Amino acid sequence: MKALSLSQLSKTYAGNVHAVKSISLDVSEGDFFALLGPNGAGKTTIIGIITSLVNKTSGTVKVFGYDLGREVERVKSCIGVVPQEINLNGFEKSKDILINQAGYYGVRRKEAIYRADKYLELLQLQDKKNQISRSLSGGMKRRLMIARALMHEPRLLILDEPTAGVDIEIRRSMWEFLEQINKEGRTIILTTHYLEEAESLCRNIAIIDDGNIIENDSMENVVKQLQREVFVITFSAPVSNLQPFEGMPFLKRNEIEVEIEMPSLSNLNKLIAFFDDQQIQVTSMRPKRNRLEELFVKLLDRKHE
Amino acid sequence: MKPSILEINLIGLSSLVRKEVKRIYRIWVQTIVPPAITMTLYFVIFGSLIGSRIGLVEGYPYMTFIAPGLIMMSIITNSFGNVVASFFSGKLQRHLEELLVSPMSSLAILFGFVTGGVIRGLSVAALVTVVATFFTELTVVHPGITILVVLLTSISFSLAGLINAVFAKNFDDISIIPTFILTPLTYLGGVFFSIDMLSESWQLIARFNPMFYMVNAFRYGMLGVSDIDIKHGLAVIILFTVFLFSIAYYLLKTGKGIRE
Repeated sequence: MKALSLSQLSKTYAGNVHAVKSISLDVSEGDFFALLGPNGAGKTTIIGIITSLVNKTSGTVKVFGYDLGREVERVKSCIGVVPQEINLNGFEKSKDILINQAGYYGVRRKEAIYRADKYLELLQLQDKKNQISRSLSGGMKRRLMIARALMHEPRLLILDEPTAGVDIEIRRSMWEFLEQINKEGRTIILTTHYLEEAESLCRNIAIIDDGNIIENDSMENVVKQLQREVFVITFSAPVSNLQPFEGMPFLKRNEIEVEIEMPSLSNLNKLIAFFDDQQIQVTSMRPKRNRLEELFVKLLDRKHE
Repeated sequence: MKPSILEINLIGLSSLVRKEVKRIYRIWVQTIVPPAITMTLYFVIFGSLIGSRIGLVEGYPYMTFIAPGLIMMSIITNSFGNVVASFFSGKLQRHLEELLVSPMSSLAILFGFVTGGVIRGLSVAALVTVVATFFTELTVVHPGITILVVLLTSISFSLAGLINAVFAKNFDDISIIPTFILTPLTYLGGVFFSIDMLSESWQLIARFNPMFYMVNAFRYGMLGVSDIDIKHGLAVIILFTVFLFSIAYYLLKTGKGIRE
């Protein structure tokens, strides 16, 4: 069964701004799906349309077979959403936020209290239950929003950049939690602009750029496209007549900087040793673009060919 | 077992009302106390100091004459103020989205906010009534009409507060209506005077002010005297309420000002 099915979905904002351009997309039940794209690509608009915070211009949205246009209550009951921006009532206590949210989905108070304790515990917020949300740290607020989205135990959980601005440790614990609830059968759609996040968690991916889906495939197939990577190497002093490394030529950027394109899984120690042998001192070595950028460039190049 | 749509709306409504009531009483120093102090000053200054020189109005001491108007004034400003502040703060902090993404109907959301406004309006009115009893003797000649007018007025101005909040984009927008429209209309609505005291042209203008009908209908309920025919007054109040309800429901249903 399809957890989500978008068909020819479009959104045009005032001023003739086409945020989403007739996209079609299916997400299977139980999937952990990534919607990846740069800022302003249209990810949040798509999420907004699915959760009915944004009115679509045309197209259809179906969630577990329910049509958003005709059975909006059923669609909303199936979805839990964690928005990109913190949208907690700053003056409400954490536990009250969760209990109220459950109520808005028809969960009786006794059950809501039980679930609030359960999710506060699972997201390590139990000791913060009586604190007003504005007193929580950024990471705690993010976790509270995840707990809030789960209070009615939705079949589809949508997370719009849930780890933005969250430190690595909390990000890891959130990933573990999300993996766990996905294993329990919940479909998850994650929007992110961190390829690494999508790669770690998701099985399938759609890449969106300028309101269009430019790639929709399994994560495995998409990542395969990232076979080569360009590194920028900076030396402590000007270097001339640099010989190719294992047959791969260096491209001079300036007197003390060169570029080299290598297979993604190359052993960089060999490259360092290569410079040591020639008594060339390297001060820094960095990828020219991050992997997501690399992927976008490849996909856009392919699109324009 | 999945809750039915009716259950979702009833449980959702009770959750929203509970949240609104908690908010009112959590910040009681802002929501309940100031209006009571303001009204006490009105009683002291207008009723006791100035009123003693005015004498009888429509057969009642001036203090007794203005008491229903002051109670009504507190209902109007507090019902309006509660909903406009709560809804706009939800919009601003974006936690209104908690409701918008939920399966609750627009009607249930509307009822939830309006109930909050009515509860605050009535809470303040109850306190002002208690204050009034220290200054004058209050009677309720027509209890049914009194209750009906109180409820309809607080519902009307809760709806008006919600409409204001939907269109508001910043804090100025939620203070403009109370300052430049609500307060002048309330003062000109016959709280402190009988319409007979006005010139003919002002009497005509006053009849276009819905608050004039609310104040007078309420005064009729409490004292049995009024500048208007009570049936006419009730009809205007009901029409005004239905009109505001239609606008507020339309705005929530279509998402104007709250959905993109």
